[in-house]
Amino acid sequence: MGEELKVIVFSLAHEEYGIEVDKVRTIERLSPITRVPKTFSFIKGVINLRGIVVPVIDLRGRFGLEEAATTENSRIIVVAVNDMEVGFIVDSANDVVDIDTDSIDLPPEIVGGIKAKYLRGIAKFGDNRLLIMLNLSEVLNKSEVIQLEQLEV
Amino acid sequence: MDMNAYLSMFIDESNDHLQALNENLLRLENEPEDLSIVQSIFRSAHTLKGMSATMGFEDLASLTHEMENVLDLVRNSKLKMDSFIFDTLFKGLDALESMVQDIVAGGTGKADVTAIVASLQSIVKGDYKTAGNEATTVSAGAAPGQTRLLDEFQTSVIQQSIDSGHNVYFIEVEVREDCVLKAARAYMVFDLLGKNGEIIKSEPSVTDLEQEKFDRSFSVFTISTMSQEELESQIAAISEIEKVSVVLLDLESLAMLNSAAAAAEAAPAASAVPAQPEIAAEAKAEAGKQVSAARSQAAATSAPPAVSRTIRVDIDRLDALMNLFSELLIDRVRLEQLSSEIRRNDLTETVEHMTRVSSDLQNIVLKLRMVPVDSVFNRFPRMIRDLAKTLDKKIDLVITGADTELDRTVIDEIGDPLVHLLRNSVDHGIETVEERLAAGKPETGTIHLRAYHSGNHVFIEVEEDGRGINREKVLQTAIKNGVVTEDQAKQLTNEEIHMLIFAAGFSTADKISDISGRGVGLDVVKSKITSLGGNVTVDSALGRGTKFAVQLPLTLSIISAMLIKLGSEKYAIPLSSIVETGIIQKEQILHVHGNRMIHFRNAVIPLVSLSKVLDSPDFNEQMESETEIVVIRKGDKWAAVTVDEFIGQSEIVLKSLGKYLTNIEAISGATILGDGQVALIIDPNALIK
Repeated sequence: MGEELKVIVFSLAHEEYGIEVDKVRTIERLSPITRVPKTFSFIKGVINLRGIVVPVIDLRGRFGLEEAATTENSRIIVVAVNDMEVGFIVDSANDVVDIDTDSIDLPPEIVGGIKAKYLRGIAKFGDNRLLIMLNLSEVLNKSEVIQLEQLEV
Repeated sequence: MDMNAYLSMFIDESNDHLQALNENLLRLENEPEDLSIVQSIFRSAHTLKGMSATMGFEDLASLTHEMENVLDLVRNSKLKMDSFIFDTLFKGLDALESMVQDIVAGGTGKADVTAIVASLQSIVKGDYKTAGNEATTVSAGAAPGQTRLLDEFQTSVIQQSIDSGHNVYFIEVEVREDCVLKAARAYMVFDLLGKNGEIIKSEPSVTDLEQEKFDRSFSVFTISTMSQEELESQIAAISEIEKVSVVLLDLESLAMLNSAAAAAEAAPAASAVPAQPEIAAEAKAEAGKQVSAARSQAAATSAPPAVSRTIRVDIDRLDALMNLFSELLIDRVRLEQLSSEIRRNDLTETVEHMTRVSSDLQNIVLKLRMVPVDSVFNRFPRMIRDLAKTLDKKIDLVITGADTELDRTVIDEIGDPLVHLLRNSVDHGIETVEERLAAGKPETGTIHLRAYHSGNHVFIEVEEDGRGINREKVLQTAIKNGVVTEDQAKQLTNEEIHMLIFAAGFSTADKISDISGRGVGLDVVKSKITSLGGNVTVDSALGRGTKFAVQLPLTLSIISAMLIKLGSEKYAIPLSSIVETGIIQKEQILHVHGNRMIHFRNAVIPLVSLSKVLDSPDFNEQMESETEIVVIRKGDKWAAVTVDEFIGQSEIVLKSLGKYLTNIEAISGATILGDGQVALIIDPNALIK
């Protein structure tokens, strides 16, 4: 048995993802987002989180998935990594589960179109459910995005 | 006991005590007789010693202990302050400060202080300048060698001389403070007196005088053939003699002298200076001073200096308080809306009351971040004193408005630019003593450091009565360094020329000095102050002095801004860079070389489309026949910015966009509006290329 890990489970394009509970500051319903011009398209803008201005990114856009209209279930998960506070727009956030660190496998090269470097691994839990664990500091790393954009241009 | 828990408290308090020591020593230097100052210096030193010993900083404690020993002697009138003691104490303070800095930086606070300790110990022993103190000591008990009184033989010689019609004089000579060869000067006086008569007695003795064992003054009884005036003028003609007093003695004064001697013996605590009429008066004055000193001391203990009662609060907590409060404000606005919809009297009343309370609260919360500029100013007197000493100039620093309050963030940033300005004034502004005298000015130069409120700004001025800015010299240098061309130079006004000294790489100092003059000072000052949202101007009159005026915003966290609309989006433009607002017709737009320009006050300025810069999704001014414009400025460049609609002027709380969003073009930050929405703040400087 490895250590127990509490994980927030959220869904994005019919897949289930997990973020360690201690990295999550809060989960909010969608509030009006102020657009910030001249940034990456996946950065949706900023919100007022109890007096603090927090940038919000669309995880679908970040992972190159097709963007979808927000619904009643859409949530903003605010995470705090490396002194940065960033909100993720996800399709829904619905569960907190305990997983065993031993049950996290290294990710295969491609999972649902998301580059493996954004992933920490795949965890099995419950009755054969699979949870994709995110590598948050890579997700929030902008320098790689800039390089990509330069390649496209 | 875990010392780390107390370390930050120790550091804070040590800094306070060091600052108090510094200030009081400076005060004492001006009023060396005021023993109440010595008392408070002693108390600070004593507390510092106790604290450092408890915290285990032995070097700090031992140095403070030695300083305390010296101060103790001064406090008990066993030692009189002189410039050597002051310098040693200041050196000690510097060493203490660097030790505390070391502790702040995580060090152990150890330092080699043996040299300072040695000189402090020699002061305590009194052998740093052997004889000096005894002559000036007031207490008879502490001066057993007090033998200015004539013995029987000398008295009879004088009596006989007076009887036979000779002139007997009592002469007091004081050499200059900076006199190098005191023994030689004393010898010259004796030589003069010996040629014209006979020396009966000198105090201190001739041997002591020859070995330079005296402070600054000595006295002589002499029989001379010369007249009183002649004697006085001849002694005064010897160089480096500060003061000479010649008194003709007759039998009466001789008798008084002796009776005073008897009195002095009977009351050993009384003043033991010879009962020469003038001197007796001096002694009385001395005693009077002591009484007044004692009185002011008593006053000091009965009414302790107005120390405001404070607690130390982590600045992060204040920021958190501010954030929570702005949330409350947003809820207040919503409550006000709701109550106006619901229209229930008691609800409306409650909400109105809450509104009043919360605006009071807002004032207090904003004030919490305000700090008096004194926390920056308090280190300047010492700095000016040291600079003046190194440069051999005489300078008074006059500080006014030290209680003016500024936002904490501004306070933290303003220190360095002010140091630059003050150093510049000391080095380039104030002339040397000779130059000042030659120009018919008092030999002591004055630097005024003023702070005051005006509107939403705080002004800090540095003004000196020095040589002023030399217009021609500035122009020559500016042309030489390529700051302006000769043609441009001809068209510059006086003010514009003065502003040239802020240009990068500019310095008119003929010599590069330690203090300033590398030409990197003033341009740094200007850019720093500009980055704080402030402005610096200079005003100067040749030969009469220069005044630097720094204008600063009251706070960096709250600014006045113009809120504007761009389709569905709202933005804020800082009021400080707005010149004016207006409306233009489409036909007024000129097309110059593919750029759109407009006429504005006899000039043609570029027209910038905000909707294009910000990629506005739902507004395009091209569709309108009439457009609202905001004229902004960056330095002396102007531009008109097209907007959709004006909302109005408002005080906004600055918020950063966080670390994830950095370097967004044309956006300097964000603010939260009354309805809870975030509005971005436009950086006007980015709109003017």
